[in-house]
Amino acid sequence: MEAALANLEVFASTLLELAREDSDLLVVTSDSRGSAKLAPFAKAAPGQIVEVGIAEQNLVGIAAGLAAAGKNVFAVSPACFLTARSLEQIKNDVCYSDRPVSVIGISAGVSYGALGTTHHSLHDFAALRAFHNITIVAPADNFETRAAIKAAAKLRTPAYLRFGKKTMPHLPRVASAFELGKASLVRQGNHISFIACGETVAPTVAAAELLAAEGIESRVISMHTIKPLDESAVLQAATETGGVITVEEHSVNGGLGEACAGLLLQSGISARFKIVGLADEHTVTGSQQEIFKHYGIDGPGLAATAKKLLSR
Amino acid sequence: MLTLPELQRKSVQYRKDLLQLIKTAKAGHTGGDLSCLDILNVLYNRVMRVNPQTFKSPDHDYYIQSKGHCAEALFVVLADRGFFPKSDLQTLNQYGSHYIGHPTRDVNGVEQNTGALGHGLAVAVGIALAGKIDRRDYRVFVLLGDGELAEGSNWEAAMTAAHYRLDNLVAIVDRNGLQITGSTEDVCQLAPLDQKFAAFGFEVRRCDGNDVSDLVRTLEEVPFRPGKPSLVLARTKKGKGVSFMENVAKWHHKVPTDQEYSLAMAELEAAEAALK
Repeated sequence: MEAALANLEVFASTLLELAREDSDLLVVTSDSRGSAKLAPFAKAAPGQIVEVGIAEQNLVGIAAGLAAAGKNVFAVSPACFLTARSLEQIKNDVCYSDRPVSVIGISAGVSYGALGTTHHSLHDFAALRAFHNITIVAPADNFETRAAIKAAAKLRTPAYLRFGKKTMPHLPRVASAFELGKASLVRQGNHISFIACGETVAPTVAAAELLAAEGIESRVISMHTIKPLDESAVLQAATETGGVITVEEHSVNGGLGEACAGLLLQSGISARFKIVGLADEHTVTGSQQEIFKHYGIDGPGLAATAKKLLSR
Repeated sequence: MLTLPELQRKSVQYRKDLLQLIKTAKAGHTGGDLSCLDILNVLYNRVMRVNPQTFKSPDHDYYIQSKGHCAEALFVVLADRGFFPKSDLQTLNQYGSHYIGHPTRDVNGVEQNTGALGHGLAVAVGIALAGKIDRRDYRVFVLLGDGELAEGSNWEAAMTAAHYRLDNLVAIVDRNGLQITGSTEDVCQLAPLDQKFAAFGFEVRRCDGNDVSDLVRTLEEVPFRPGKPSLVLARTKKGKGVSFMENVAKWHHKVPTDQEYSLAMAELEAAEAALK
């Protein structure tokens, strides 16, 4: 897989393109323009960036007010702070008040690695899934990031998008169309399905390659939109393949995995099923890559999980 | 635009409408509603450039009620100004009604859903900032409770308002001095609010928030200083207008009994007669 850019960098350059086309597009940052790779944006479009200082509640409240006055707003801050400290502003000022703000969580999941739990966002899907009216997106690679940002800019309802810092490979994909709420098929296979999102799709593809060498063909789905969930893709994976493994850079509680599990159970479908994510414990210390490996979110770990599941 | 005597009569009428509404709905934040009614009266009948026809236009003045729990006062005023039929309020707090205990955008005339405290000022800052960016001449008025100023988010927003020199922003503090537990100063001292807001970059004016003429005089002067957001520290009485409710913390959200209701209405009718 060819190495490309960090999704964060693609976000920043796509946003600048959109800002040039739409003078009502505004970016609001909380001393986060550097982390968000938005320094070039600030230089190129200084009238379209609003700085509020290190004040995430303020960031989201002001973003909602700007949207109330007709602006197309992207509120950008590290996901860990944005979806915890300003959770009530996302709930009330954005979602409940129907403001079309794109809430952008940067350096999401365990991107900050050894900076520890204060800087990890392993709760954001769980917390935001319970809010009505918000689309939740975790793009897997540069292609999905670019497409997701463009789609979010056109949405007239709230959205949450999260990206990591890591350089992401271009993923192979079966079809090149991108639509929010519609899963993206990365690899076709009928022995087992991986339903992954964000930066965990790439290690899932690595697992699929390891499994293929042993004759196990994996279906790899990038479920970039966690809400609304592409239910038919999940149901098909469960009925057409020998088992489903969900993979996410999130707590095993309340995220993509439990969304899929709830859907399958309520649809009366019994399938071999495993949620891979970060265990409900104090997260192990280390880099993002080390943390992924520890929780089995890498090629060998996911391949082993698949074989174990299929042997059940 | 109402004259001062008309505003005075309107304030009494609103108090009667309010108590009737709370009595019918069997719920409401009676004390705080009564403390902020004169402010709402002056804003909607004298100061703000907004009516049901201009409400959706990009140039109307905005009103955000950060102390969302005093929704009944806002609903009474909006109904009187023709944003919706007064009869709609008969459904307040009923199953399926848009009229609930806090303002929501499902009610015509409401700009922003509020209810959780400490949210309104930041939203108002956002709207005011958009006005500056677009060079529009609308103003943004935001009503803050004094108790809610313990929420730190207010001070984040205050800093930003001054940083961006938002002289199109007018924050009004309904300074009734009471919150649900008791005196604001006993719960967690707020004073000196004038100095605090001044230090945060606001131009501050004090006024009697239950005196329509003082409110008109003060609010017609905004912005108090070009390049600075305005802060009106409006000294009010919780429960204003009904003698036995004034400055009594238990009236925060108490609904009057039949007897209390009759006594209160009699007082308001006497006040009305005195103004004729």
